[in-house]
Amino acid sequence: MQQENSERIFDIRGIRVTFETPDGAVEAVRGVDMHVNAGETVAVVGESGSGKSQIMMAAMGLLASNGAVSGSARYRGQELIGMPRSKLNKVRGAKVTMIFQEPMTSLDPLYTIERQICEPIRVHGGLSGAAARRRALELLKLVHIPDPERRLKSYPHELSGGQRQRVMIAMALANDPDLLIADEPTTALDVTIQAEILGLLAELQKKLGMAILFITHDLGIVEAFADRVYVMQKGLVVETGTTADIFQRPAEAYTKMLLAAEPEGHKPPVGDDKPILLDADGVSVTFSMKGGLFSGGGFEIKAVQNVGLRLRAGQTIGIVGESGSGKSTLGRALLQLLPSEGRVVYQGTPIQGFDRGAMRPYRRNLQMVFQDPYGSLSPRMTVGEIITEGLLVHEPSLSGREREQRAMQALKEVGLDPGMRNRFPHEFSGGQRQRIAIARAVVLKPTVIVLDEPTSALDRSVQKQIITLLRDIQENYNLSFIFISHDLAVVKALADYAIVMRSGQVVEEGPTGEVFDNPRSDYTKDLMEAAFNLKQVLSRQAAARAG
Amino acid sequence: MLGYAVRRLLGAIPTLFLIITFSFFLMRVAPGGPFDRERTLEAKVLENLNRVFHLDKPVWEQYLYYLGNLARGDLGPSFIYRDFSVQQLLGNGLPVSIQLGGTALLIALLIGSLLGTIAALRQNSWIDYSVIATATFGITVPNFVVAPLLSLIFGVWLSLLPAGGWNSPESMVLPVITLALPQIAIIARLIRGSTIEALRSDHVRTARAYGLPTRMVVVVHALRAACLPVISYLGPAAAALLTGSVVVETIFGLPGIGRYFVQGALNRDYTLVMGTVIIIAVFVVIFNLIVDLLYAALDPRVRYD
Repeated sequence: MQQENSERIFDIRGIRVTFETPDGAVEAVRGVDMHVNAGETVAVVGESGSGKSQIMMAAMGLLASNGAVSGSARYRGQELIGMPRSKLNKVRGAKVTMIFQEPMTSLDPLYTIERQICEPIRVHGGLSGAAARRRALELLKLVHIPDPERRLKSYPHELSGGQRQRVMIAMALANDPDLLIADEPTTALDVTIQAEILGLLAELQKKLGMAILFITHDLGIVEAFADRVYVMQKGLVVETGTTADIFQRPAEAYTKMLLAAEPEGHKPPVGDDKPILLDADGVSVTFSMKGGLFSGGGFEIKAVQNVGLRLRAGQTIGIVGESGSGKSTLGRALLQLLPSEGRVVYQGTPIQGFDRGAMRPYRRNLQMVFQDPYGSLSPRMTVGEIITEGLLVHEPSLSGREREQRAMQALKEVGLDPGMRNRFPHEFSGGQRQRIAIARAVVLKPTVIVLDEPTSALDRSVQKQIITLLRDIQENYNLSFIFISHDLAVVKALADYAIVMRSGQVVEEGPTGEVFDNPRSDYTKDLMEAAFNLKQVLSRQAAARAG
Repeated sequence: MLGYAVRRLLGAIPTLFLIITFSFFLMRVAPGGPFDRERTLEAKVLENLNRVFHLDKPVWEQYLYYLGNLARGDLGPSFIYRDFSVQQLLGNGLPVSIQLGGTALLIALLIGSLLGTIAALRQNSWIDYSVIATATFGITVPNFVVAPLLSLIFGVWLSLLPAGGWNSPESMVLPVITLALPQIAIIARLIRGSTIEALRSDHVRTARAYGLPTRMVVVVHALRAACLPVISYLGPAAAALLTGSVVVETIFGLPGIGRYFVQGALNRDYTLVMGTVIIIAVFVVIFNLIVDLLYAALDPRVRYD
């Protein structure tokens, strides 16, 4: 923790950001004051669209071309807003550096790691090629990248997500910055990797003494990581204070709402007497990369290996795992959406290996909802058309009027105004779109819905509403869910049985309470701790470094 | 990489074989023959001609005979240009077409990329709008309009350049301009689009956030990514340009090979048509391979092994 009287290095006063859009001017930031003292960690927290990232983009001269900024942003007394580009380029990347959300796209895919780390070193430090290379190597060691000499020669796509973010951090530290602005740096990463990256940032801050301004939507990170917090909503700071104050004595309703937005509740297990709807055994999926006519043999990836599950009526099985664990592939294999081996029985009928035609009669009973509420709804169809499309196939005898009735009813069930059925998907928010996707599944009156990360693209508060909705429709229709997610908190709230997957295999499974409260395997333990007790993970990491 | 190139070239053999077979029989299906004239030839003469050119044999025998010759590198005699073999015709014309097409391609690349980049960097300014307007104009006005106009203005009225013919370096200017104009337009539009996209990308934002000079951001980080789509366009475009243009060669009276394609087809000059088909097919195969290799050289995510 830093003292109150320490030097104020970054000072934002009355900053406003406006974007010219075809629908008129949109004010993303509406007059915000904010400051960062030397060496402290400040979090800016808010949901999507709160303007939290745009403040920093504006201050660093990185706004999109349709954006305009007014107000003041000073770094050690120098006004950054309106500063000539050449002068600004001496500050950014040297004394004030940034890391971004998507380590995948934030590095240039066409150049080696060495080249990308060396560029700012040479531009700002004026180092020669060999000296810059030595510094780059030093930096990679500092951020604990294994085999740093070899990694210098690698391209970004050859690194994992966590390693790429380490490279970004190495770039950020290259010129001994005063302030590191981290814009959702761990949002795209798995929870265990997130804990590692946050631990690394804490370690480096202690070692090097720079201040960190952390932009995030994740309150768990804020609590574990920050000294001070700004809470933002709709372009304004609604509350600010020390982390302890904000978490223990939130003053504003919005802050309270955010704090309470963690998914809650749990689902009691269903009885063994309930009929088994979906029974799967030894399901395996292998992706093979075929060689060409003259290009020799291919190779195989075992995405799912020998997984079984038994879904009873009214049950929700949560499948959790990090990216690449095979959880989505398993979901698709169960619904025969991709070729697989093993045995899958739906209500007494073995459906394993059914082709599209053979599966068609079962499709209405076995529905799927996808993660991306933007990509999975056709942009050229009205919401009514999207919802009733399945009815055309599965209940062709319905008249247009009856279909319309069903669409309106389905919209009502998912909490949307039936009067909006003639609008197009882009007119809806992310949460509303996910409701539409759920309505599309529900309208067919299925028995099983596979939900693949349905809440992952949504803000916590919206997530909570979708969880409530899923609970309600499950109860009303006695639906069974297979709920696939990397988000442990959501699975904990929704599922009564949990399966933990890693590298295509089941690591652990059992009733949700048992798996979450008393995990047996080390992997599950790490996962749970990284998701629910980040603070403890970070303090243990710090203790390990000290000792 | 070398192994990949060799495999690709081997893979092209069946492709070429199919193209040759298909074209061969397609030509024979077309009604008429190489010796049909307004005034029919005497039966005896026709018979003799057919015998000399093996047209009296069944089609499959002719096909095998043609393949046999082709395997020895012999494209056969032209049926219409009686004193020339197809090799001689193409051998004389191809250098002209390559010279014209290659120059036009080079100019189009340079000017097109330059215009496209400037337009992207000054997006929605008057410079951008005028580049786009010019480019749209360049794409929509067909070369059979541009060629005679240029010839008329610079050749006849101003007498600055030869209006046609192939006798001096100056005679290249107008045909090259005609060939290059639409390519400039297409390349400028492609580069503009991909540069705008690249400038908005996250890694360009990173480069800016790290205080790199604008020139470095644009040239090193945006343009390299932006030229990838242009390279995929260049494969087929280069093959088309280098094998000559009927319109340009006819209007400017140039001895390239583009015109043989149309004349050969109209005259049922079977061997000449086959010869041009093979040349174009080989060019397409080669340029697509070059494009793929260039891609791998520019984008480390693309690997062939």
